[in-house]
Amino acid sequence: MDSAASTHKSKFFKRNVGLFFILIWLIGFIIFKVYPFATSLYYSFTDMHLFNGIHKFGLFQYEKVFTTSKIMKSLKITFKYAFITVPLKLIAALFIAYILNFKIKGVNFFRTAYYVPSILGGSVAVAVLWKAVFKNDGIINTILGFFGVEGPNWLADPGKALWVICLLRIWQFGSSMVIFLAALKGVPADLYEAASLDGAGKWRQFFSVTIPLITPVIFYNLVTQLCQAFQEFNGPYIITNGGPLQSTSLVAYFVYKYAFEQYEMGLASAISWILFLILLVLTIIAFVSQRYWVYYSDDEN
Amino acid sequence: MDAVGKNRRTLQLIFRYTILIIVGIIMIYPLLWMVSATFKVNSEIFSGIGLIPKNPTLDGYKKAVTQNYGGDINVWKAMLNTYSYVLPKVVFTVVSSTLTAYGFARFKFVGSKILFALLMSTLFLPKEVLNIPMFVMFTKLGWVDSSFYLPIIAPTLFATDTYFVFMLIQFARNIPKELEEAAKIDGCNAWQTLIKVDVPMLMPAIVSCALFQFMWSSNDFMGPLLYVKTPAKYPLAIFVKLSMDADNGFEWNRVLAISLISIIPSLIVFFSAQNQFVEGISAGSVKG
Repeated sequence: MDSAASTHKSKFFKRNVGLFFILIWLIGFIIFKVYPFATSLYYSFTDMHLFNGIHKFGLFQYEKVFTTSKIMKSLKITFKYAFITVPLKLIAALFIAYILNFKIKGVNFFRTAYYVPSILGGSVAVAVLWKAVFKNDGIINTILGFFGVEGPNWLADPGKALWVICLLRIWQFGSSMVIFLAALKGVPADLYEAASLDGAGKWRQFFSVTIPLITPVIFYNLVTQLCQAFQEFNGPYIITNGGPLQSTSLVAYFVYKYAFEQYEMGLASAISWILFLILLVLTIIAFVSQRYWVYYSDDEN
Repeated sequence: MDAVGKNRRTLQLIFRYTILIIVGIIMIYPLLWMVSATFKVNSEIFSGIGLIPKNPTLDGYKKAVTQNYGGDINVWKAMLNTYSYVLPKVVFTVVSSTLTAYGFARFKFVGSKILFALLMSTLFLPKEVLNIPMFVMFTKLGWVDSSFYLPIIAPTLFATDTYFVFMLIQFARNIPKELEEAAKIDGCNAWQTLIKVDVPMLMPAIVSCALFQFMWSSNDFMGPLLYVKTPAKYPLAIFVKLSMDADNGFEWNRVLAISLISIIPSLIVFFSAQNQFVEGISAGSVKG
């Protein structure tokens, strides 16, 4: 081998040692991210069926999505689900984190109690428990009965079943709360002192000192929770089976039904790409809007 | 003045603890109710909200441990199946994510900025988009229902769970550069620096990753739902779902007992390592 070329080569390696460490990620990225991503886009323009393969190309799957009322309805339900769940979850998380941030005795005990549902919440076991809790004669309705309220048949009422799924996620606010709590601990105490010297009460301080300083963390929680909400699958699949009357058929549930029960990979890919585009737009909106409401410490404002 | 201030402070304290206790009960009560229901007779479970069983019984558990589908699977077998893929997933994720995070956090190389942006963008990629072609791919490879849970385990060899890579990068960036420079002066190459300096410094973050991957993989339902078809290979997630579907709601003590057994390993892991969970999840978002 030519010695000049080999020193050139070794120089390249020396300068790019990092590539060696990320190599396995790069391979996985291509096989498990880029390839499936591109392929599902391709499938969405075909009549791909798991057993029959591809025979037609065109926009017909997208046409079908926009003209099939139950798919459009499921998109609407998914928005409703996300816009109920995410704000309530974040408000609960922030509110509790704010209270825990005062010198509370037994803070670790409370933190654990609030965090356990988040850790277990994704499991099938908790979904089963949730079904028992919201049964017609379950504990929710029994407790409502103590107050003289006759509880609805949650899981059989199309107007209520979505709330059961939403509440399961809101109940898991613990992980967002832990993140908020860590952020609140980082707000310098002298800022509160200055504010209280200016005569600001606890609530004023909360809105004019605390909230602005932790906007980066609110932003992080908002984006991650939104992404999760649009992909919710376990709740509808395990608890309600998408019903009653499709009232809990979120998009992810439909994608599963079409792709893995009817093997309509083309149609399912089209739906999943619409889901992806919606998420992309929401993420972009969030990132662009950052400059108007997210405060980063090295900024002027 | 002072007395009024003191009163206000006491009221505030009462307000705070009241809220914390009420919300705490809402959070924990369903779980306690679940535990108590497993010891109740079926007729008692939905007859009140009390936590103490009137006629404590182990019937639910007896039926839970003998339940099987076609003689191929029971709750213990399902547990064994679950951890036979959860543990490899944890090990592979930790190793591959640490390598990747070290590469991104410590080195500049050709295209490192673009590759980092691509890495981060996968954080927002919904899995619905990827699942369909992956399923087709694994079907062609003959990996669906493979005895080693290949479709579930294999991707973790390649640091595909971006969240963990991201979390480790956040930590790795906080390791003082001086430590690495000292190692370099001592004659360590990049590989030795990783093993001798970065891995020990990253240990708390690595433990957090392992713990979260343990929890999420144990809870994962979609993976086994797609890729496990034979009853003898069912993990807990599928077994629990089946046991709920199998009866029409008459034997809730059995169903809840199976559910509870299925989360006991997770509960043990959580309670023995709570602080790592808390630190891990906060670090991913705050230190950035």
